[in-house]
Amino acid sequence: MSVGTDSPERARPEPIQAVPVRHPGRWVAVAVIGVLVAMFVHLLVTNQAFNWSFMVDNMFRPPIMAGVRGSIALLVTSMLIGIVLGVVIAVMRLSENPILRGVSWAYTWFFRAVPRLVLAILFGNLGILWARIEFGLPFDRQIGALFGIQDFEARLFGFSAVDILTGFVAGMLALGLSEAAYMAEIIRAGIQSVDEGQTEAAQALGMTRGQILRRIVLPQAMRVIVPPTGNETIAMLKDTSLVAFVPVSAELFFQLRAVGSRTFQVFPMLVAATIWYLLLSSVLLVGQYYLERHFAKGIGRAGQAKARLRGMAVGGGGVTGGGGGV
Amino acid sequence: MTGVTVPGQAGVPAAESGPMVHAEQVHKSFGSIEVLKGIDLQVRAGEVCCLLGPSGSGKSTFLRCINHLEKINAGWIRVDGELIGYRERGGKLHEMREKEVAAQRRAIGMVFQRFNLFPHKTALENVTEAPLLVRREKRAEVRDRAAALLERVGLGDKLGNYPSQLSGGQQQRVAIARALAMKPKLMLFDEPTSALDPELVGEVLDVMKDLARDGMTMIVVTHEIGFAREVGDSLVFIDGGVVVESGNPREVIANPQHERTKTFLAKVL
Ligand SMILES: Nc1ncnc2c1ncn2[C@@H]1O[C@H](COP(=O)(O)OP(=O)(O)OP(=O)(O)O)[C@@H](O)[C@H]1O
Ligand SMILES: [Mg+2]
Repeated sequence: MSVGTDSPERARPEPIQAVPVRHPGRWVAVAVIGVLVAMFVHLLVTNQAFNWSFMVDNMFRPPIMAGVRGSIALLVTSMLIGIVLGVVIAVMRLSENPILRGVSWAYTWFFRAVPRLVLAILFGNLGILWARIEFGLPFDRQIGALFGIQDFEARLFGFSAVDILTGFVAGMLALGLSEAAYMAEIIRAGIQSVDEGQTEAAQALGMTRGQILRRIVLPQAMRVIVPPTGNETIAMLKDTSLVAFVPVSAELFFQLRAVGSRTFQVFPMLVAATIWYLLLSSVLLVGQYYLERHFAKGIGRAGQAKARLRGMAVGGGGVTGGGGGV
Repeated sequence: MTGVTVPGQAGVPAAESGPMVHAEQVHKSFGSIEVLKGIDLQVRAGEVCCLLGPSGSGKSTFLRCINHLEKINAGWIRVDGELIGYRERGGKLHEMREKEVAAQRRAIGMVFQRFNLFPHKTALENVTEAPLLVRREKRAEVRDRAAALLERVGLGDKLGNYPSQLSGGQQQRVAIARALAMKPKLMLFDEPTSALDPELVGEVLDVMKDLARDGMTMIVVTHEIGFAREVGDSLVFIDGGVVVESGNPREVIANPQHERTKTFLAKVL
């Protein structure tokens, strides 16, 4: 075939029929993995220590289902506290008021430094500090004494600490308050990722700061916020097991271990725990997929959320590290 | 409060029959750098005022002062008789609260060089957002008005498109419709066609000409000399933070008086 013919109607060239590149390495990898998987399945099926029938019989029993519900309730409430408080702290951090910025910094500093396990135990023991939790004028007795009034009390309302700081609330606060510190950093990064021009355009239209944050900036920041928040949620799912130290007993891992140690079938119950956490985090992954797709609206790359979801399973990184584990 | 000079009694123009925009001795510094060094400007209602000047001369900064996106350090700006960003009480200036500033901005539309459309909202939602949220108008009414505005800028068939699905020229026309939806009495344009491919400039300028014919008061920062000559009622040449020369666009362009205007025009023509 000659190159550069002038004829206006050039014949369409024949489709390329080349020998494809061989990938012998792939076949070796398939063989190796195949053998390993076979060995693993063999272990699962033949090793008596797994005691599958016992595990299946026991992993859905009422106390364990109550534990699942307890763990989910903890997950939802502590993440809610984490996200709502996280937004507040992030906005404080970005504010022009130096006092708010300082408070926000100190909060993040404290709650990121202290391990969640320590926080959980600490909150479980707060009843030692106060028998009653009361809100009112601080130093009221001292001020009263200053003016010669004995037993001057300016308490607005109060309640018994033991009533309110039951295991669940203490665990929820420990996890939620610590989560807020991480979420604040994630949300701050998200807010800062939104182009300055968006705020200016909204200001020029006469929107107030709150309206701009809610309607313009946060919805766009969500694209950056959701993936690491998914990581945080899965980390939180696992960290709910820490509240066993508060102590809280309506919690999945505590219940599974209780069955395990009572029946001396520790190992099957550990496998049951693995399966339960796998199941629950898979549900979370699906939720994350739909959230990401929702907030990718208008970016024209909805397909990428799918790709990222696949990547997540292998361990996509977040803006900040996950919470502390045991 | 920042050191704003209080305008004297004589310097305060009457609200009625005064100019739509009246700026006197506007000064603006960023840190120690003074960007605006006393700008005076008057634009009557229905006029199109074109701001010209070399890069860094302070055109954008001045435009942003008019709707208080930047706080001025001295002088004053009135739009339709209302002092921008401050209230006068007992011969003293009081800074406005955020809500009051926002309320003032509603009457002033602004179009940016980089469009700044909301990417998570469709063309229609971009236009309806502020009237719904800020003016709290009825949804059906706003929708109809927005659709009509988009129709007017030639985008009647793109209501459901997201900004990422529109060309630059189309995005800028949505941005103009978005500003118009607030029923402004003044429109500010900051180099609205500078980020566009040459073949898309015309469609945006056509929309602006149409607006001008309709009697909208406009201040346009632009390098489009043709537009200034054809549509402009006045031309203001700014350099180094001061007004160097101003007048009828056709006369200034044909016969610039000042040396700096001459060199600048020689470069852009
Ligand atoms: N936020 C800011 N902080 C500090 N300096 C600024 C800020 N905004 C603008 N400037 C400075 O003010 C000067 C004027 O800027 P401005 O954007 O008003 O110029 P311009 O005339 O619009 O130029 P161009 O034609 O390039 O858009 C520039 O020197 C710029 O660096
Ligand atoms: Mg500019």
